[in-house]
Amino acid sequence: MSLDKATVARIARLARIEVPEEALAPMARELDTILTFVEQLGQVNTDGVAPMTSVTPMRLRMREDRVSDGGDAARVLSNAPEAQDGFFVVPKVVE
Amino acid sequence: MKVEIEKLTIASARAGLRAREFSATELTEAAIAVMEAARPLNAMITETPERARAMAAESDRRLTRGEAGPLEGIPIAIKDLFCTDGVQTTAGSRILKGFIPPYESTVSANLWRAGAVMLGKANLDEFAMGSSNETSHFGRVENPWRRADGKPLVPGGSSGGSAAAVAAGFCLGATGTDTGGSIRQPASFTGIVGIKPTYGRCSRWGIVAFASSLDQAGPMTRTVRDAAIMLGAMASVDEKDSTSVDRPVPDYEAAMTGDVRGLRIGIPKEYRVDGMPAEIEALWRQGIDWLRSAGAEIVDVSLPHTGYALPAYYIVAPAEASSNLARYDGVRFGLRVPGNSLPDMYAKTRGEGFGAEVRRRILIGTYVLSAGYYDAYYVKAQQVRTLILRDFERAWERVDAILTPTAPSAAFGIGEKSDDPISMYLNDVFTVPVNLAGLPGISVPAGLSREGLPLGLQLIGRAFDEETLFRVGGVLEEAAGFSARPQTWWKG
Repeated sequence: MSLDKATVARIARLARIEVPEEALAPMARELDTILTFVEQLGQVNTDGVAPMTSVTPMRLRMREDRVSDGGDAARVLSNAPEAQDGFFVVPKVVE
Repeated sequence: MKVEIEKLTIASARAGLRAREFSATELTEAAIAVMEAARPLNAMITETPERARAMAAESDRRLTRGEAGPLEGIPIAIKDLFCTDGVQTTAGSRILKGFIPPYESTVSANLWRAGAVMLGKANLDEFAMGSSNETSHFGRVENPWRRADGKPLVPGGSSGGSAAAVAAGFCLGATGTDTGGSIRQPASFTGIVGIKPTYGRCSRWGIVAFASSLDQAGPMTRTVRDAAIMLGAMASVDEKDSTSVDRPVPDYEAAMTGDVRGLRIGIPKEYRVDGMPAEIEALWRQGIDWLRSAGAEIVDVSLPHTGYALPAYYIVAPAEASSNLARYDGVRFGLRVPGNSLPDMYAKTRGEGFGAEVRRRILIGTYVLSAGYYDAYYVKAQQVRTLILRDFERAWERVDAILTPTAPSAAFGIGEKSDDPISMYLNDVFTVPVNLAGLPGISVPAGLSREGLPLGLQLIGRAFDEETLFRVGGVLEEAAGFSARPQTWWKG
């Protein structure tokens, strides 16, 4: 298979990463090299093999459903590029 | 008194501190002086000398009161992937420049509780994605070791700053993280010890996530004993990481009995890869001879799916990364690049904030998880992962540990592999299967290449059997007698 520019543009949009038009073709070639490499897996017979869901046999622990932290908006917002009145500020989304 | 930190280990510094031969403050002053002299290596992104001095003073008070922790007064570096309360944490990325976490990672909190002293935050490949420490937004790290030609070499990656810091001698240990070899390969490239523990042994809470089913923290140190001491302090169950394991942390140092008689060591034939340099093969044979001479039984084993580990890794790791790195959106922390709408702001922030290798992996991950491809790539890779784990489980019926080379080469030159992602990925051919199977692996410095560069051997163990790795690793270290140190060319 080989990736075309349109596919790269589509996945870049899905990933929310701006890729300039002139970078699409070189990016397609790079990604194609990696995809060709990983497609070796097609040689492995995996019929009836369960996909791994946990690397070590472990069961997730239950915990009490209670508030253990919070009420600290100032620290939560301390790294925000833009904040106001205890909220994160983003570009306008509703006209 | 003037302390020569380059000549110490965690174990010998611990003895010196407790015998009052020197104070934690004197040890830390020595560390700071050597760290400052080693700046040409670019091993550190952020130095925290004032915090180190304050922590050392606290250590001296506890030493005086006889309340010393297991790492009391020991200066260490923290990979800049661990969140440290009040100290910038960048993950080597422009997108996190200036991020000051309001909380502490569990592993680093455990280390401070044990008495360790923080010298600063070590450089790394951006988001721990790389095998050479060339993808950091804060500049590449140079290996303290050089060939005779004097050309700059990579320290390995992604924990390249941690490795260089320990090898250069200004800290007695450093934290690393290992997703596909990021502790063990740089340890091999710089002549130090590094262990990736079993998945779940150390909490991942507060470590910037790369691939959550593979990431694991571990120590990088000068000796096997030091790694045993430091891992004992790092490991814990943690209610904030549901995959951390609730079982007691063994006394790893006590596991180093020096006796491997009767232990069965597996040699996997699939690790004899095409094009492996003769000196790597020779060192491996040497390691086999050392362990046999020490009384271990050498057993040939087969891990038939080894060759499929790297391709499976380069599906699973980017897929998980594309999901984990979705949080960098310019809203809550880090870089924001203005756009004319919210989606435009996201795309511009991520386009400019992530470097080339990170963008590449997010796009690969997005592609393999996208509609219509999920089964063909991601499910297939997770099935292959099951087969890789089964290979190891079959081997554990016959052996107690497995011996392999750590990396297929010694440290290479800066820029030599940065244009070819696949050739860079091949660095991790011997380390990646261990992450895919969640097992512990340790790299022990075992010899020098023809060009005078360090080479490591890797031991792989059963899940949660780090004790056997320390036991066998200690014997290997003793037999190898690796005592070479890099020339301190950076001092000018």
